[in-house]
Amino acid sequence: MSELSEERREAGQEGVGSPTGTALGMKIQDLSAFYGSFKAVTDVSVDIRANKVTALIGPSGCGKSTFIRCLNRMHEVIPGARAEGRVLLGEQDIYTRGADPVVIRRQVGMVFQKPNPFSKSVYENVAWGARINGYKGDMDALVERSLKQAALWDEVKDRLKESGYELSGGQQQRLCIARTLAVEPEVILMDEPASALDPVSTQKIEDTMEDLKRNYTVVIVTHNMQQAARISDYTGFFYIQNMGDPGRLWEFDETEKMFSNPDRKETEDYVTGRFG
Amino acid sequence: MAQSTTRADRSAAGESDFKASISTRYGLDRAFTVLVTAAALIGIGVLALLLFEVIRDGSTMLSTRFLTSFPSQLFPENGGIYPALVGSVWLLGLTALISVPLGLGAAVYLQEYAEDTRLNRVIEVNISNLAGVPSIIYGLLGLGIFVQLLAPVTGGGSVLTGALTLSLLILPIIIVATREALRAIPASIREGGYALGATRWEVIRSHLLPMALPGALTGIILALSRAIGEAAPILVVGVSLYQTYVTRSPFDGYMALPTQIYDWISRPQQVFQDSAAAGIVVAMGVLLLANSLAIWLRNRYQKHSR
Repeated sequence: MSELSEERREAGQEGVGSPTGTALGMKIQDLSAFYGSFKAVTDVSVDIRANKVTALIGPSGCGKSTFIRCLNRMHEVIPGARAEGRVLLGEQDIYTRGADPVVIRRQVGMVFQKPNPFSKSVYENVAWGARINGYKGDMDALVERSLKQAALWDEVKDRLKESGYELSGGQQQRLCIARTLAVEPEVILMDEPASALDPVSTQKIEDTMEDLKRNYTVVIVTHNMQQAARISDYTGFFYIQNMGDPGRLWEFDETEKMFSNPDRKETEDYVTGRFG
Repeated sequence: MAQSTTRADRSAAGESDFKASISTRYGLDRAFTVLVTAAALIGIGVLALLLFEVIRDGSTMLSTRFLTSFPSQLFPENGGIYPALVGSVWLLGLTALISVPLGLGAAVYLQEYAEDTRLNRVIEVNISNLAGVPSIIYGLLGLGIFVQLLAPVTGGGSVLTGALTLSLLILPIIIVATREALRAIPASIREGGYALGATRWEVIRSHLLPMALPGALTGIILALSRAIGEAAPILVVGVSLYQTYVTRSPFDGYMALPTQIYDWISRPQQVFQDSAAAGIVVAMGVLLLANSLAIWLRNRYQKHSR
């Protein structure tokens, strides 16, 4: 018992596995991503600030999703896909030899475009990730805390034994957020998490963002510029100038500046709705 | 405003380009309903007739005594099917024990682990083809490998050899069904697992196998039903047409229901014909029991995984 609490305290001191406190940021240097010989994203360098929400916007097909899949080594899950460059999580290069994608994905969690709950109960959906990662604490408390952070607890507290598939689309997506939080990552990547949802569910997910960034670093891809403007601290604009070119990070700045007074003309045209 | 008539007027006057009348379309709809109902009834009707005939012919022999007696040539009316029934249950059990883990394992490897290489594509095509090879060929393969080559391990023409041979026969069916079930699971489930820091095996064990199991079990049910009904391959690998003891270990000799039925039905006397009919009823009973068990398992899993 004492051994256990000591372990948790140690983990807390390192900031890893702690449910509260500062998270790690990410530094991306000259990142390019490929599908086979096709280069989808080229030379992205950007700092993702810790405990901030960073939004990535841009037209369809310009590499936003591909880019964030590189940040937790999910990109390489697709056959033939690979990435070049450096991605630092805190001080650690996640693409260095010996960096283990299984370990990294636990530290850099991901919420996908379409809700993808597991074919298990609501409770198990949240508990599973923690369990495989060797969580030895109070599982009931962890599940409750995670569901509360994802603003889902009140709706499912009497339905924990029901299948995750029984929930509505918006609830499923918040369940996916909860299960990501349950493994206590540093960074949470969200790939258009609200694009398949109704306005009410979208609102609830946006509301959770403000809470999330107190404990986590958040990167969110979105098609919805108003959403980016509402919830993010920093915004990156991805753009492809000519058909067939790889996607680039065209401009990156504080959200306020990006939406009021961007440096580049393409950014301004996009955020004012002139194309895209 | 330039048009003098409305769309409804022109439609009523038959000037519309949408020509088909709604009554013709409903007519076709009804005709098709009749057609598919007839197709279903013919299939079920023939089976019901067969079942009725067999039960009528076998009813004179069917009794508990029939189930618990050895077959007899001297007093065939007192004979029974006991050793064949026991032998078939052994065959079914051993075949399931061998083929299910091997089939699931092979399917998981091919679907989740194998890279898309030329060799793997060749293997893939061949597995589908193997499902169509005549069962006697598997018998000959079993004769060469399990009866002769591996005689020290299998004990020659033992029930274990029979089960191994039948396992070869049905492995392709199980593999193909399981792969289809795995293939139907969306990639997003795998990605969801990986994104939490799961290894491949953890995702397979916790998500893919449970989700694929109902589909795999359907294949397993079909495959085992086929195995229990096969006579040709086990005839080649040494099933007994008569033995004075019941099978008690995997290395014993064995009798089996289909070969016992075949033996009886090839004799001209009416009593043997009736025994064969009763044997068929028993064989179908075993099949029904085994399938019910598998379907019960499948439904249990489907409920849990929804």
